[in-house]
Amino acid sequence: MSKVQLALVIDLNVCVGCHACVTSCKEWNSSGWAGPMTDENPYGADPSGVFFNRVQTYECGTYPETETIHFPKSCLHCVEPPCVPVCPTGASYKREEDGIVLVDYDKCIGCKYCSWSCPYGAREFDPVQGVMKKCTLCVDRIYDKTLAEDRRKPACVLACPPGARLFGDVNDPASEASRAIRDNGGFQLMPEWGTNPANHYLPRRKTSMTLHHDELVRVDNPLKIEGELPRPSFNAPSIDDLSSW
Amino acid sequence: MRPAFSVLFLTTLIGVGQGLLVALVTAQFFLVIGADGAGETGGFYALGSVLALILLGLGLLASFFHLANPGRAWRSAAKWRTSWLSREVILIPAVCGLAFLYALVHWLGWSPVLLVFDNGKALDLPMALGFAAAGASLALFVCTGMIYACVRFVRQWASAWTVVNYLMMGLASGFTLAAAYAALSGSALRDFLTVAALALTLLAMATRLYQVRRNGRVRLKSTLKTAIGSHHPQIRQISQGFMGQSFNTTEFFTPGAAETIRGLTLFFTLAGFVVPAILLAASLGGDYGLLMVAAALCQYAGLLAERWVFFAAGNHVQNLYYQARA
Repeated sequence: MSKVQLALVIDLNVCVGCHACVTSCKEWNSSGWAGPMTDENPYGADPSGVFFNRVQTYECGTYPETETIHFPKSCLHCVEPPCVPVCPTGASYKREEDGIVLVDYDKCIGCKYCSWSCPYGAREFDPVQGVMKKCTLCVDRIYDKTLAEDRRKPACVLACPPGARLFGDVNDPASEASRAIRDNGGFQLMPEWGTNPANHYLPRRKTSMTLHHDELVRVDNPLKIEGELPRPSFNAPSIDDLSSW
Repeated sequence: MRPAFSVLFLTTLIGVGQGLLVALVTAQFFLVIGADGAGETGGFYALGSVLALILLGLGLLASFFHLANPGRAWRSAAKWRTSWLSREVILIPAVCGLAFLYALVHWLGWSPVLLVFDNGKALDLPMALGFAAAGASLALFVCTGMIYACVRFVRQWASAWTVVNYLMMGLASGFTLAAAYAALSGSALRDFLTVAALALTLLAMATRLYQVRRNGRVRLKSTLKTAIGSHHPQIRQISQGFMGQSFNTTEFFTPGAAETIRGLTLFFTLAGFVVPAILLAASLGGDYGLLMVAAALCQYAGLLAERWVFFAAGNHVQNLYYQARA
């Protein structure tokens, strides 16, 4: 557990479902190390394409008691990735140094077996290049020394307008990501499969406060003019027991 | 899951090939331990083994159509320690090689005795190679079955019955073909192989229909609750994030699967098991070579449909995330 495990922490309470992370991911990775992200028939009736990140929308409850959840989904960079051991060529691997799960495009034979072994549907096959593709946590950005230090983050994190996405080492208890998980009830997706995803989600949180009646109505008169107090009588008790003034 | 025709042909063709190989070796062993001492010519085994080799080769050829980068297929032998697919990739050429050697020594009639047992029986080279080929074939059945059985995210596949059925259906179809081959070549092994094929076909039908019944009852381990981590009892998807197609919507779904599965299950039960069993039983004891060829072809068509159903019936956990297109 002492090893570095980079991951995203996505706050479902903040996400507004704007898809800015989707488009910025596609933009950065189309021209980056992990590209191209091929689109097929992009302007036709039935377009199809490769994305590393999708934003889905769910609704809980029945109208009018409903709640909308915008749910960004990308590779979770599992600590126990089930997609890695099944790869016959070793093209699918988990990096020792930072825990990022990657595909070596030069070794991938395009058998799609890894995608069968992912319960999250995080991998998307590129039929044009003939290799499996997935989120790289922008591995070509986060270590780029030519970028300013605060820009060395995944494209989706930088793009998120309300700041719903945090990036960091979830094994470092002092990191912003770890603190967010700890303090806000961060959880993993489908824990029942034992994949131990590195990416965490922060739950929807209702912000509410209880107001009592006396907090709504002022007891004193706010219109009272603060004037000079009346002089106490001569025999009224005083501080030094000698005189009132 | 979407049934890919390359994989349907791969698994059924190598299944028949392996089964035929096991049938030939079993028949040879039956004659060796048989009391009457009757034998079969080397040419019979050699030709049968070449037939198995052709089927295995066709299966291997079909498998290349499944790969997007077949030129790199040699790399897939690398991770045999962890991947059943890798183990299969190693075993297919191994079975082919042993089948070739088995055919060769039979063809050349080269049978040096390797071991002599106390009861006077001897183990010669063709028999030893046959045992190796049959053993490799059985191991290959396990590998092929385990490729699917170890995908725990498809509950319909993730059971021992997947392995059992790959084994049983491969053996049944191989023995049926071997029986037809023996009948056509007028071999004394005809009746032995026909009875074995009949028994295996009925057994395969029982195990496969048991899995059909089981698959009708399995439920996904995951729900939308755990998929998106919301504790709400009532969750529905409004949008999967895109309105077109993606790999996730094409690879893991079969359009119109439920209807077709019902129809094809009936078809494969009849064509794959019932009709061949009737034909095999009818041709027992007589010289009905063509009837048995018909049984083998009918069974192959049935098993092809069976494999389609096997894939289409698989419901992957990731489908939870792709239920509403908007």
